[in-house]
Amino acid sequence: MPKAQVLFEDIGVAVTVPAGTRLIEVSEKVGAGITYGCREGECGTCMMKIVKGMENLANPSMLETKVLQEQMAGRQNRLACQAQVLQGEVVVRPG
Amino acid sequence: MISAPVRLRRPGGDFDAVPVARDVHWIGALDPTLRSFDIILKTANGTTYNSYCVRGSEGVAVIDTVKAEFADEFFSRLEQVARYDEITTIVLNHLEPDHTGALPELLRRAPQARLYISHRAPLMLKGLLKYDGESLDFTTVTQGDTVSLGDRSLRFLHTPFLHWPDTQCTYLVEDGILFSGDIFGCHFCDPRLFNDHVGDFRFSFEYYYQHIMRPFREHVLAALPLVEELALNLICPAHGPIHRDAPRGYVKRYRQLAESQLANEASQRDKTLVIFYISAYGNTAVMAQAIKDGAETVDGVRVSVYDLQGGEVTPFVDLIEEADGLAIGSPTINGDAVKPVWDLLSCLTQVPLKGKLGAAFGSYGWSGEAVGMLEDRLRGLKLRVPCPGIKLKLIPTGEELADCHAFGRNLALQLTGQAGFRVVDIAELA
Repeated sequence: MPKAQVLFEDIGVAVTVPAGTRLIEVSEKVGAGITYGCREGECGTCMMKIVKGMENLANPSMLETKVLQEQMAGRQNRLACQAQVLQGEVVVRPG
Repeated sequence: MISAPVRLRRPGGDFDAVPVARDVHWIGALDPTLRSFDIILKTANGTTYNSYCVRGSEGVAVIDTVKAEFADEFFSRLEQVARYDEITTIVLNHLEPDHTGALPELLRRAPQARLYISHRAPLMLKGLLKYDGESLDFTTVTQGDTVSLGDRSLRFLHTPFLHWPDTQCTYLVEDGILFSGDIFGCHFCDPRLFNDHVGDFRFSFEYYYQHIMRPFREHVLAALPLVEELALNLICPAHGPIHRDAPRGYVKRYRQLAESQLANEASQRDKTLVIFYISAYGNTAVMAQAIKDGAETVDGVRVSVYDLQGGEVTPFVDLIEEADGLAIGSPTINGDAVKPVWDLLSCLTQVPLKGKLGAAFGSYGWSGEAVGMLEDRLRGLKLRVPCPGIKLKLIPTGEELADCHAFGRNLALQLTGQAGFRVVDIAELA
């Protein structure tokens, strides 16, 4: 299975994951500082910053796009409960 | 300055608007019996919900409203100084219900008025009023935007997180009057209204800062320059006395409160790690010492250790506010960390913590749940927890103390940015 790597900048840990993994599945296991609310893409609590590798994430769904707009998110922000890693390296840090 | 005594009710029983400056009136409400605000604040003599009416040559503005239960008082005062069809402008500096409770009725009575809110406020307005997203029209504003009332103008200051994302201040340019929202306010109810007439409210002013503004210290420091550059004849906050005597003194006091509270003797280059522990039989205490010793092997880290049983929570919170890293140790008793630890952690929402390093450790007898619980709490408080907590059964062995020593050293390496990255496979994670 193709692999990707997610580097959590706040805790200094890089995790090798299967392609298609959602950030939420990794960040909680590894103890990164991203905090979650609804876990369903509606509340915006888990907004994080993609420091590098935005192109290696699946495009946001309509729901995620709407919530990001409502949260006045910048271009580097995604929701950790929604964002899916597809390939390569992605560097993230909390909100 | 207006020196006439404040009259709050007319002989017929109507509530009176109170002149604040030329064609500027206080039209708020008094809530003298309130004893607790938003659960977190004690209010020994109640509070006020301050609203203001500003008349210009080509329009009338209402700035903020009041809590819903006090709407009659607000409308009675408003009607003393303006007709509803004259109102062109409604400004909300902050959308919490104690300032927006009368808004729906005001919009119904003055449908022609334009509503101005900060650009961070629409979602909150939607949540509060439960409108469908299209039936309510408003204009969002940000730093430097203005609204004309003819011969007077309102200018907006973008001051988010004082103390909600939506907060802003509004400045009446020609008169040097700042309608500040919650900043510079306090919960103090005195019908004499003005700071040079009311009783001694200094405690309330500082108490309000400590509980409402302190968690947003960096936002206070970002907002103060916007206020400090203004000519200030009056500060009209959303709660408590109106500052007409020496208003700039309250701005200066905010700067003092928001800047560093401790004379930190560590060099600016050094990182600071504070270790708090509590120990039933001395085992967690021994761990704390070993962690300290390990951390001190790294240059550029200043480490301090405190026994929670030897101090009060408040100064410990001050220490944590100033520190770069926090390690906290607790034994596990009945499957939980012990109460003094939770007492400290429950008070940390008073201070900014985001991005600080956090860590947990502790000795246990049976099961050792405390460390994991503390790590979850630290993450919930938005600390980063890069080093998995260390827990050990009962009395530490020499090898276990060496682990504690290494744990302390790792914390110090993390604090100084020397730790590097650890690579793991997701399959290795529990």
